[in-house]
This record gives sequence, C-alpha cells and structure tokens, in this order.
Amino acid sequence: MEFSGLFVYWIIVALMMSGLYIVIAQNNLVKKIVGLNVFQVSVFLLYITMGKVTGGTAPILADNITVYSNPLPHVLILTAIVVGVATTSLGLALVVRIHEAYGTIEDDEILEQDDDA
Amino acid sequence: MIVDQMIPWAIALPLLGAVGIWLARNHANVRETITLVTAVLLFIIVAAFFDDVAAGDRPAWSYGEMIPGLSIAFELEPLGMIFAGIASFLWIVTTVYAIGYMRGHHEKNQTRFYVCFAIAISSAVGIAFAGNMLTLFIFYEILTISTFPLVTHSGTDAAKRAGRIYLGILISTSIGLQLVAIIWTYSLTGTLDFTPGGIMEGKVQPVLAGILLAMYVFGIGKAAVMPFHRWLPAAMVAPTPVSALLHAVAVVKAGVFTVLKVSVYLFGIDFLRDIGAGTWIAYMAAMTILLASIVAMSKDNLKARLAYSTISQLSYIVLGAMMASGLGIIGGAMHIVMHAFGKITLFFCAGAIMVASHKTEISQMRGLGRKMPITFFCFLIGSLSIIGLPPFGGVWSKWYLALAAAETEQVLFVAVLMISSLLNVAYLIPIVVRGFYNDPPIENHDHDLPVSESDHLEPLEHLAGDVSGPHQWKLAGCAEAPPLCLVALAFTAMGCAGLFFYADSIYQFVLPIIQGGAS
Amino acid sequence: MIEAHLPILQVIIPLLAAPICVFLRHPVATWALTTVVSWICLAISIWLLQQVQAGGEIIYEIGGWAAPWGIEYRVDMLSAWVLVIVTSIGAVVMPYAKLSAEKEIDRDRLYIFYTMMLLCETGLLGITITGDAFNLFVFLEISSLASYVLISLSQDRRGLTAAYRYLIMGTVGATFYIIGVGLMYMMTGSLNIADLAKLIPDVAATRTIQAALAFLTVGLALKLALFPLHFWLPNAYAFAPSVVTVFLAATATKVAVYAFVRIIFTVFGGINILQSLQIQDLLAALAIVAMFAGSAVAIYQTNIKRMLAYSSLAQIGYIILGLSLNSVGGISAGLVHLFNHALMKGGLFMVMGCVVYKIGSAKLDDMAGLGKRMPVTMAAFVLGGLSLIGVPLTVGFVSKWALLQAVLDKGWWPVALLIVISSLLAVVYVWRVVEVAYFKVPSTAAMEKDEAPFSMVLPTFILISAAIYFGLDGTTALDIAGDAAATLVRGLK
Repeated sequence: MEFSGLFVYWIIVALMMSGLYIVIAQNNLVKKIVGLNVFQVSVFLLYITMGKVTGGTAPILADNITVYSNPLPHVLILTAIVVGVATTSLGLALVVRIHEAYGTIEDDEILEQDDDA
Repeated sequence: MIVDQMIPWAIALPLLGAVGIWLARNHANVRETITLVTAVLLFIIVAAFFDDVAAGDRPAWSYGEMIPGLSIAFELEPLGMIFAGIASFLWIVTTVYAIGYMRGHHEKNQTRFYVCFAIAISSAVGIAFAGNMLTLFIFYEILTISTFPLVTHSGTDAAKRAGRIYLGILISTSIGLQLVAIIWTYSLTGTLDFTPGGIMEGKVQPVLAGILLAMYVFGIGKAAVMPFHRWLPAAMVAPTPVSALLHAVAVVKAGVFTVLKVSVYLFGIDFLRDIGAGTWIAYMAAMTILLASIVAMSKDNLKARLAYSTISQLSYIVLGAMMASGLGIIGGAMHIVMHAFGKITLFFCAGAIMVASHKTEISQMRGLGRKMPITFFCFLIGSLSIIGLPPFGGVWSKWYLALAAAETEQVLFVAVLMISSLLNVAYLIPIVVRGFYNDPPIENHDHDLPVSESDHLEPLEHLAGDVSGPHQWKLAGCAEAPPLCLVALAFTAMGCAGLFFYADSIYQFVLPIIQGGAS
Repeated sequence: MIEAHLPILQVIIPLLAAPICVFLRHPVATWALTTVVSWICLAISIWLLQQVQAGGEIIYEIGGWAAPWGIEYRVDMLSAWVLVIVTSIGAVVMPYAKLSAEKEIDRDRLYIFYTMMLLCETGLLGITITGDAFNLFVFLEISSLASYVLISLSQDRRGLTAAYRYLIMGTVGATFYIIGVGLMYMMTGSLNIADLAKLIPDVAATRTIQAALAFLTVGLALKLALFPLHFWLPNAYAFAPSVVTVFLAATATKVAVYAFVRIIFTVFGGINILQSLQIQDLLAALAIVAMFAGSAVAIYQTNIKRMLAYSSLAQIGYIILGLSLNSVGGISAGLVHLFNHALMKGGLFMVMGCVVYKIGSAKLDDMAGLGKRMPVTMAAFVLGGLSLIGVPLTVGFVSKWALLQAVLDKGWWPVALLIVISSLLAVVYVWRVVEVAYFKVPSTAAMEKDEAPFSMVLPTFILISAAIYFGLDGTTALDIAGDAAATLVRGLK
C-alpha cells in the first residue's frame, strides 16, 4: 500500500515538477507554454485521482451500483480544463504577436532587443 | 461661539491674502497693499482673541478626524496667543520694511516672496493655535516648506546649497525624531491633545519620558539646539526681511514655542521635574548658549553674527523650559516676545545697512554710523535689549530665567546667563562703537554708490541724507536706507523700550498656564 | 425584490455586458455601455455595504442549492469593503478611459479593450464576493486572462512580452492555488470557505494541510506580487496602456490581497495559522524587504510608470506587514492601506496617463518643465506623491499612522523605525519627479500651457481629492476596516 498506493501521486509530483522546470528553464516561449500545460495537467490528474473510490464505478444512477466515485472533482476539472485551454490559446496568440514584433520567440533574444531599445 | 468660528479664519486669512497677492502679481502697488491689509486684518483678528483668553476662556475649533481622537484642532491659550500676537504684529512691521527693502534692493520674484511669506505666517499662526501635537506638527512642516523658496530666493548656487542644508536638517530632524516621538506618545497615552498639566503622568515611565523629551527637543530642529543649529546660519542667504521676521521671529520662535508647549502641555511641568531628564538637556542648552555666543564673536558677516546670536538666545528659552519651573516657563514665554523685538530690530538694521551701503561685513562698517545715525542708534537699542539692560524689555525675561535657575538651585545656569550677557556685550556693542567712533576708510566713498530707490521715495531719501552730518558730501544720496525701512526699525526699537514697562502684563497673561500645571 | 439578488447582480451585470460589447463593436457605444455598467456596479456595491452595516453578513445561495453542495456568495464587512474599492475605482476609471484608450490603443481593438475591462471587473468582483474556494479560482482566472489581454493591447511591443511573462507567472500562481484547494478538499471534502473554516482545525496537523497552506500562500503571493515573487509586475504596469495600469494597480493586487486574507484569516482562522506555523515572522520579513527593495529600486527608474510600479511593491509590503501582525489593529491598518493605496496610486497612474496623452512618454527626462506646461496635472502628482510619502493630511499618513500604532502595540519598535526610514525613500523618488517637472528647463518642448483634456483631469482629481478627503477624515475608512478586521479576528477564535 505504502508506495504502490501512492503511485499515482508520485507520477503527479513528477509531472508537476517537470512542468514547472520546463516553464522556468526553457528559453523558447512556445516550450514554456508546453511546460505550463504539463504542469496544469498534473493538477488535473491530482483532482481526478482524488475522486476515485476503490472498487467504485462511474457515478451513474443505476439499480445495481452502490459504490461509485466522487463526481465532483471531475466536474471541477472540466472547468479547470476550459480555463487551461483559454490560457494556452491566449499564450500562443501572444507568442504569435511577439514573433511579429520581435522576429523571434527566444527569450534571451527578446531581452537583448529590449535592452537595446 | 463667534470667537470659536473666528479661529479658522485667522489661519485662512493669510492664505487668502496669498491668493490675492498672486492675482495682483502684475501690479506691484496693489500687491503690496493687499499684503499690508491682510497683515493688519490678521492682527486685528488675533488681537480680538486676547480678551477672551485673558479672561480664562479657551476658544476651540476642530475639523475632521484623521485618526480616532485626532482632528485638525485649534485651541487658544496664553502661550499661543503670545506667539500669534508677536508673529502677526511684526508681520505688519516687516511688510512695511520689506516693501522698502525689496524695492530698494531690486529683488526679483517679489510676488513669490510675498506669497510664501503669507503662507509662512499662516502656518505660524496655525502652530500658535494648534490644539494637539499633530496639528502643530502639520503646520510646523508647512512652515518649513513654505520658507524654503524664501531662503533660496536669490537662486544662486550658494542659496541652493544653503537651501538644501535648511531643508535637510529641518525635515530630517522633524520626521526622524519629532514625528517618531509624537507617534510614540500617542501609542503610550492614546491622545495628543494639549492638556494643562500634561498627558504623560502615570502613563509613561520616567526613563522613557526622558528619551521622549530628548527626541522632542532635538526633533524640533527649529529650536536650533546644538548640534542641530546649522540650518539657521545657512538660512541667512535669504533676503533680510525673511531673516528678520522668519529667522528671528516666526520660524525659530515656532521651534522654541513648540518646546514650551510640549513641556507644559504634553509632559506637564510637575512631571518634567519629577523625571529630572530635563537637566541634561538643559546642560545642552546652556552649552549652546555659550558656544553660539563665542562663535558669534568670530563672525565678520553681520547677519551671520546675528544668526549665531539667535541660536544662543533661543537656547535661553529651551533652558527655561527644561528647568521645569513655573518661572522658567514664564521667562521663556517672555523671552519669545523680548527677543523677537530686539532681534528683529537688529536684522532690520543689518538690512538697512545692506540696502543703503551694500555692506555686509562688520569690518567694512567703520564710521558708517555717522552716515546712518538712526540705523545705528536703533541697532544700539536692540543690542541693549538683547544684552538685557534696563530700560529695555530684554532685562525682564532674563530676570525671570535667572530667578528660575536660582529657584531650582541651578547656580550654574545663573552663571551661564550672566556670562552670556557679557558675551552679548562683546559681540554686539563693538559694531555700534566701530560705527560711531572709527573714521570711515577713505577709499570707501566712490563706488558703493547710491542705491537708487523707487522713484516716489527719493525726496525723502534726500531728506534722510541731510541729517547725516559733515560727511554728507562724500556720500550724497545714500546716507540712510529707504524711509519705509527706517520707520520699521525705529518702531521696533521703540518697542524694545516700551516692553520694559509692559512686562508685567505679559507676566499676568501667562501666569494661568503654570498655575494650571501646578493644580 | 432586487435587494435580495444584489450579490449575484454585482457579478452578472458586468459579465453579461461583456459579450454585448463584442457585438456592439462601436468604440463610443461600447464605452458608454461600460461606463454605465461600472456605475451600476458601484451603486450595487454601496447598497451591499449599507445592508451589511445594517444587518450583518449576507448569504446568497446560487440556484437555491444550499452550501456546501451549492456555490454560495457571501458578503461580509470585508468583502463589501473590497467590492466598494473595486467598483469605485472602476466607476472613476471608465470615463477617463475614453480618451486615454483612444490615444494608446489601436482603434479597431477598442471594443476588445472595453470587453476585457468588464471581464476583468467581473473576475475581481467575483473573487471578492464568492464563498467558494474553487469558484474563487475560476474568477481569478477570468480576471487574470482579461488582464493579460489588456496589457497586450499596448502599442509598445514590450507590452506583449510583459503580458506573456505575466501570463506564465499568473498561471503558475493560480495553479498553485488550485493545488492547495485540492489538497484541502482531499482532507475535508468541502470547497465552501465557511465550511472549510470549520473543518480545517480537526485536520490541521496533517502534512497535507500544511502543504496546502504552502501552495495557497505561494500562489497568492505570486498574484499579489509579494517580494520576491514580484517580477511580473513592474513591466506589466510600465508597458500596459496607461488606463489599464490605473485599473490594475488600484484593484488587481488589492483583490489578490483580499483572497490572501480570506485564506489566512478565514479558512485557516480557526488555528491561528500565522502563529502556529511561524509564518508570521517570514511574512513580516518579506514585507519589510519589499518596503525597502521596492522603494530603493524605484529611486533608480527613469520610466515613471515603472517607478510607480516599484513603489506599489513597497506599498504591498506595508499592507502585508499590517496583516502579518495578526492583530485587529494590524489587519485594519493593512486593510485601510488597501483602500488608501488604491486611491493614491490610482490617482498617480492617472496623472501619468495624462502625461502620456500629452507628451507621449512616461520617461523622466521628457517631463522637464511639465510643472509649467501641465500645472493642474502636476499639482495632482505632487499631492499624490505627498500621500505616497505619508505626509499628514493625506491618506498615506492615516494608514502609516495606523500601521505604526499596530506595530508599536506589538512592541516591534525597530520595525516602526524601519517604516519611518522607508518613508524617507519615498521622499527621494517623489522629489526626483518634482525636481524635473518644476525646476528643470525643458530642452525643446514649448513652455506653452497644454493641459490634458478635462475628462481625464477630472477623474484624476476625484481620486486625488478623495486621497486628501480621507486623509482629513480618516476615521470613516478606519472604522470600516476595523470592523472588517474584527470580524476576521473573531474567526480566529
């Protein structure tokens, strides 16, 4: 139980950390957004895992179902996914405009151009 | 009730005057008339309060509530009345003088000068009438800021440098020490109202009260207790009317007035005596008295010498407050008046000399008294009053201060006062003596030429020249300063003499505050 | 009838107005709609505040579903107070926005600007009014996404990178926040803030809750730009269109502070988290560093919008310092500064908006001689600057006084000294502007009087005079903040 039971959580933490690492370490603006997505997805997984009840089925009302998973986290994550999509698309749109304005999407090159200005 | 409602007007009036002055900026005569009228009106309002306060009333007015229990509040009491009376009265005299001086000296930006002057007077009145320490502090800061353009009036690099010293010392001491002390007081006592008998007794431990007292006295940089005195000589780059009214009366007296007010109404005389912390501050004040007098002797520039003399005289008042005896407070309060008249006379004379002969250094003034006899005679009177000789007002304040020192068995302070009087003689009288007895240097006659006066003043100017004796032929047209200057300085000199006879009414007027403290 | 539904109307009206703007498209029509909506919002929030003052907390169940299953809106003293701050800033900014936005935003994007302003206000109001921790996240993202767009509307290309960086940091912060909420849900099974406050004490000792607290704190500290998580803020404020800066500076960080207060003092109120986990010292230390670092860096800025942004960091330090005192006095000092800082910083950024409108730059060097050229506008700057320093008769003084008293009550007198010293740094950076504007002779620009338009100067002066008025009459705001703080601290027990 100890390790295997927490297995999903380990995966979540690994995803979370790699996502955050990509956000911080990557120089490319698009890759940063990919990192942000990985990071957010790890949180989605966290919520979904939380709702799982051992032995439970999908939360559908039927006669022979007595044990079912908690549906609330799933619903919450639907919202969070929408927010995540919005963020990603806005971020990508910004990257497109940055590319138009600077001619590059590398962070250090942008900084260089700003310093010159 | 009507009296209560008048209080804000006394503060607003100079501000309205300032607006009027600014509106009339293109018409010199209208502008100066407005200044004069405002000054007279202000004095009338302030004078109207006197009877009520003397009868024991304490008119009050307040507005808003910044912090729970803290408003912009005014409350009239004898100490404040004296300060307000002096400031508003001498404003009239100074305005008369300033019109002569500023025109005679062809100063630029005269409108700014009169506007800032009016704002400064307004804040001086605000300080005088303040009903709590926070209100006082606010007007204290406005006074500092409004006098800054006056100090840097000439706009030269030297003036700007002096302005930075001025602002730097006054602002940093007031925020770094005084404001902190105010906040601390509020945090300990929950109030900042000026209350007869003080607010601290029983709420503040003696040791802490000693620290607070030091923070107040040194935080009130305008009182110029050493080592925070450097701003005052620096301020002497200002035009002379500014030095006269603001840096001999309004600004510096605002400082010592605040010290008195804090001692009497925040600490309370009894509590001050109990904690005994005043003593070592009194030693600092005594040291300032002596050191500043000695420095004054070494100064050749007349205004600088007077400035150091002021520093020394201010510490008389601080000393009076710190001795924590009723007589000391009375002596201090009285010295505010006496020194105001004496020192303003001296500054007026210094300005008159500068306008009439363009001389600023004492060493250049040999024989000048024969050309400007009225000026030098008045200088003598002012000096005698400062020194404290009868029949001039200055004798009484020193008398009470010395009595206080004797009463509290501080023989040392009696000695300090006496030595200081001797030093006063040593640095003031030679100026007069040199002016009357030494022959003027011969090479002196040609280039220091007649300062041309405003046209309508000229006939009188010649008139003044006629009385200046046998040397007139060398110095045609430049014997005395413009008559407006002369009138003003003669008037304040007479005041010095007059106060000798009215000292008792001041005594009676101030007496309630120490009785209030004792009861 | 309407009265019962005020809480939902507060949020739904600007939310519905936003898509209407998209359909209207016409710049003037969208502006008019936005302005009217912002005034309606202000009226509602004042109405709510009065109701709360008269009858205590208002609880509104959305769709009739009772909490903790449904989402509820809760208006207590604190949230009513913050609602009034946000809506009144909105109501003053919108009339100002018209000319400023026309000048600084491309014409075909103006309708987007108004749409996003409405969405941003919706989000901020939602954060304040909601009683549900997850719902708070949703509104947080609505306001954040809107503000990323608003910043990117700038004609300066650096606005784009600033918006991008803010997007990255903001999303990380918000995601941290939901991690924290998730962990709390894991332990308590509830998302309702009031419900959480009851359930948390039982499980407070677990590591999960401690981790949740850490995630929540870091996430919100990112959003409210607490040092050292502030890097997104200066550029975002400096390069956004001026009117956006006004709005965000006066409201967005304030609402983030509100969310932080909710978490620390309401959700974790039952266990007095500041003391039991020693975060008190940490917060106070960060706040003090922010006070100094913010002001010190501000001194060296040549772009005045950026300078004011760094000054905001310092001011956030004052607010957090007040909160970290964990006493009624301290919290109310922090909350009153929330309001006061919104007034003065809003006013100051409005001044910069006027300056940019006239001279097209916010650089210090270009401001030479402005004291003569735009005397009214610069007078507003001086007054706002005095307030920033904390000169008596201004709001800045009231909040600093309250903060100092609270600090002294705790006996932290060295901190009191630091507050005073840091105020002197404000003197330096305000003075630099005054010196250039009034005493430096401009090289080329004409000395002709050339004031910003009335519709921009008037809102500026409304905020600045409010900063003076509430400085004279500080107790009105202090009383409300004190009540709000007292409710929070009652939650502590």
